[in-house]
Amino acid sequence: MSNFIYFWNHFAFILLMVGGLFIIITSQNYLKKVVGLAIFQTAVFVFFVSLAKVLDGTAPILTKMANAYSNPLPHVLILTAIVVGVATSALGLALVLQIYKNYETIEEKEIESLELKSDK
Amino acid sequence: MFDIFLDDAPALVVVLPLLISAIIAFMPSKIWPWIISIITLFLHLFLSLHLLKEISVSGLIIYEFGNWEPPWGISFKIDGVNIGLQLLFSIFVLVSTFYSRKIFLNEIDYRDSGKAYSLWLLAVGSLNGIILTNDIFNLFVFLEISALASISLIALGAGQNRKALLAAFNYLIIGAIGATFYVIGVGFAYAMTGTLNMNDLVIQLAQYSDGQLAIFAGMSFMLIGLMVKAAIFPVHIWLPPAYSYAPSAVSTLLAALATKTILYFFVRLLYEVFIIYPSYLSLFLDFVLYPLSLLAIFIGTVIAIYQDDIKKLLAFSSIAQIGYITLAFSLKDHSGVASGFVHILNHALIKGGLFMAVGYFAILYKDRVTLNSLKGFGYKYPITSFALLICGLSLIGLPLTNGFISKLYLFQALYTNQMYFSIALVAVSSALAVVYFWKIVEQMWFSEIKFKSEKEDAYIYLPIWIVTISIIVFGIYSTPIIEFSNLSADYLISGYQN
Amino acid sequence: MSNSFLIILGIITPLFAALFSYVCRYNNNLRDSFGIIGGLITFVISLKIFHGIQNNEVYQITFFTLFDGVDFAFKVSALGSIFSLVASSLWILASIYTIGYMRGAGEKNQTRFVIFYSIAIHAALAIAWSGNLLVLFIFYEILTFSTFPLVGHKQNAESQSAGRLYLSILVGTSLIFFLPAIFWIWLKTGTLDFQDGGILMNKFPAEYLSFLIAMLVFGIGKAAIMPIHRWLPAAMVAPTPVSALLHAVAVVKAGVFSFLVVVVYIVGPDFLLQTKSSDWLVWLACFTIMASSIIAITKDDLKARLAYSTISQLSYIILGAALASSLALKGASFHIITHALGKITLFFCAGAIYVTAHIKKVSDLKGMGYKLPLIFFAYTLGALSIIGVPPFIGSWSKFYLIMGSIEREFIIVAIILGISSLLNIYYLLQPVVIGFTQNSKKEIKLIKAPLTVWPPLITGLGCLVFFFYANYFLNNISGVIVN
Repeated sequence: MSNFIYFWNHFAFILLMVGGLFIIITSQNYLKKVVGLAIFQTAVFVFFVSLAKVLDGTAPILTKMANAYSNPLPHVLILTAIVVGVATSALGLALVLQIYKNYETIEEKEIESLELKSDK
Repeated sequence: MFDIFLDDAPALVVVLPLLISAIIAFMPSKIWPWIISIITLFLHLFLSLHLLKEISVSGLIIYEFGNWEPPWGISFKIDGVNIGLQLLFSIFVLVSTFYSRKIFLNEIDYRDSGKAYSLWLLAVGSLNGIILTNDIFNLFVFLEISALASISLIALGAGQNRKALLAAFNYLIIGAIGATFYVIGVGFAYAMTGTLNMNDLVIQLAQYSDGQLAIFAGMSFMLIGLMVKAAIFPVHIWLPPAYSYAPSAVSTLLAALATKTILYFFVRLLYEVFIIYPSYLSLFLDFVLYPLSLLAIFIGTVIAIYQDDIKKLLAFSSIAQIGYITLAFSLKDHSGVASGFVHILNHALIKGGLFMAVGYFAILYKDRVTLNSLKGFGYKYPITSFALLICGLSLIGLPLTNGFISKLYLFQALYTNQMYFSIALVAVSSALAVVYFWKIVEQMWFSEIKFKSEKEDAYIYLPIWIVTISIIVFGIYSTPIIEFSNLSADYLISGYQN
Repeated sequence: MSNSFLIILGIITPLFAALFSYVCRYNNNLRDSFGIIGGLITFVISLKIFHGIQNNEVYQITFFTLFDGVDFAFKVSALGSIFSLVASSLWILASIYTIGYMRGAGEKNQTRFVIFYSIAIHAALAIAWSGNLLVLFIFYEILTFSTFPLVGHKQNAESQSAGRLYLSILVGTSLIFFLPAIFWIWLKTGTLDFQDGGILMNKFPAEYLSFLIAMLVFGIGKAAIMPIHRWLPAAMVAPTPVSALLHAVAVVKAGVFSFLVVVVYIVGPDFLLQTKSSDWLVWLACFTIMASSIIAITKDDLKARLAYSTISQLSYIILGAALASSLALKGASFHIITHALGKITLFFCAGAIYVTAHIKKVSDLKGMGYKLPLIFFAYTLGALSIIGVPPFIGSWSKFYLIMGSIEREFIIVAIILGISSLLNIYYLLQPVVIGFTQNSKKEIKLIKAPLTVWPPLITGLGCLVFFFYANYFLNNISGVIVN
């Protein structure tokens, strides 16, 4: 039990990650897949940021008050990762929009049946 | 005066294409983006040659960004391992950019030319970053930039066939999952060691000499993520549609180089970093990578036989060929790793040449190239068809082509490791490759329909023939490729033996 | 003229013949003449080299290094000089015959045919003179690929599927067995050069030698040992000049030649005799001889019958190589010449009958003997030679093979060879008997094609004449066997 409390950030991360993956895999709607992907990536952000926390640490700004600082590096990394994530989502949404323009639907099954028809 | 720039050559090979890509993005002109790209890539090649010269003197360059010393700052590392790939990368990108102009003009709206070349350079710069980086998080960034650029390029194929959008979307989702898996692994590694620099990582990991579960979990996450990106069977499903629905020029670039650069980093991670846990490494190599490679070789080849669409056929053959490379890398000794590098270099040329030729056919035929549509092409377009023939023979691995050299060294490596079953499988699958390739040849030369030969565009077939001739030259004079590969293996494997 | 220049000239002459045929593709007579001219040139060169080898001259040339220990090099061995002499001399006759046949039968795409015909000869000569096993392999593959257009010449469904079978068996076996075997030899010895007495002794583990022999004999699919023989009957859909020169001489002989070369110059007969690793192959060869003879009897199609006869005759050579004693090797090497001469005669005749009377089946030959006396005469000469009746050249090689099997104390093998000769008599002479004894009421229109009649007569008479000059060839062959 103590492990659970000590590593609760990991469990939160796992929960988000699995939830995101679940949405990506099960949803038939392309838009929902993009959302799932965003959640999945957010899980990683949470994971990294929670890693940075040092017990009793403060924000890494030099003051005499603080005797420990949290690690700033993961924040920086995640800033980059967030940008990447935003770009990914944006591109994903743009693609979904284009798919809608071309197929007039963003449901996977409907598109599959459309493609089957056009192949014949 | 150039010396100032030359000192920064390791950074410039990556930064230059990225910078120029921003400049040409909104150029409305039809030709200027291409000209600027060509100039950029000439400079790129020049810088790569300069790096080669430097490496031959010093053997190792660590470039620190902003003079932040590693392990704090980001650094690039150029040594014997990646210099060969860097050189081939520069040359092939230049050739395929020459090839791409007429192809792009035919496949996409000419007003989009600036955007296309912007994305093209973006992909080039970021793929080059993957080759050079010495920082595991920086790799993630390059992975994602290259993925986003490639996806956008693939989506440009929607003008030809709307399925390109679905292929691009699939690649986006699967690729992003792979990259995120990788970054989770990076998180674990960082949590345990507090470093992202590869050299420092090795040092820091040494304190957990018997290994810890968190580290193994992190390693597994990283490896799986990279496997998705490198299209190693069975997480390859994004690759065939992506390669086959992309515009022809784009499939050329991606098929030749994209997975190769990632495979290169993959093997570097295995043999440079994870080497300090030999038991974990051999577990992964023997029980994951080795069987998956065999499956990839066999299944990829068999599926390729049943393909009607030529680009898809080539894509599935790529899956099998990636299997050859990972099979070689799973061998844990010098000969294996060297033969893997030999095949990385050779296969980049072979697949590049094949996709170039088929891409040109797609332009000429104005539709997707299927087996039936190739009828009589051998007479109609003899120059390109003949190039395709040579590249195909090389894919099968007949002597006097560089494919044979790959096969020779792979056999040698397998033999020294006493993997006779794998030898048999490789031999059988190379014979099966004859089947799918000969189907193409039969349609091209031995079908009922015949045409008078038509004029072919020298701007397109010259680059194809440059690649084709290099295939023959490296089949006859294989020393450069062998030397570079042995060098790579020397650098990587020295760690393993200790 | 220097020796190395002779080799280059001999190898590229057929290529130039192909090139000139293409350039002059609009002038039929000119186009077809290049085959004859090329044949004459290569024949003269082969003859010169043949004599040079007798006088212990060395013919070799090295172009470049492919990888460690393996050069792209040509070096004429005693065996190679024999094979090249056979291939080039018969090319002259086959070119003449081709003109008569292709025009008489009204085949399409004659230019393509002539071009690939020449390229196939080029590959066969290069195989004969190759300096190491890899060069041999390269031209072995070129020979396969260049004969594919000839097999699939008619471009109908039948020839297409036959062409696929042909290619898939030959290329498939070579890539699955032959090439790995070559790699294996290279990894063990570090070289692939042909040397008198072989290169494997003391370097290759004796317990795996039978396995290597199996990889080689099945990998060299052109030797058509059972069960890898299906391609040869399938290839008979090709026009008869192809069956005659390529599938009785160049291609199949390239196969058995490759195997002989491997036994003599790579494995070494001494090593084989010591380890007895090829004794199993003796029995497989015997099985192939008997089985294909029996199949040949059941075939009514003349060309198919000849094809199975070829399979059985090729196994004579494999048998000789597998016995590996000096007499058996002598017989096997000589059988390359004798069988080539005899079988090309038979195929020429089969084609001539087809062109003049449009008959393919043995049972339709009733009474044809009186209408086509010259062709039947030539056929009889060829058949008698293959059966091994003295005074025909075929009797020599059979004699040596039987002596060789007795030398190795394989008495049963000698008996099998005898039985096989009896079967030969039946299935080879039956067409003649039918042709002269039974009368047909059918009226058959005959088309005149004189160019198809003379070549078989020449080769048929050759079978007779060379019986008395066998020593001329045997001198060179004795140089092959040094144990």
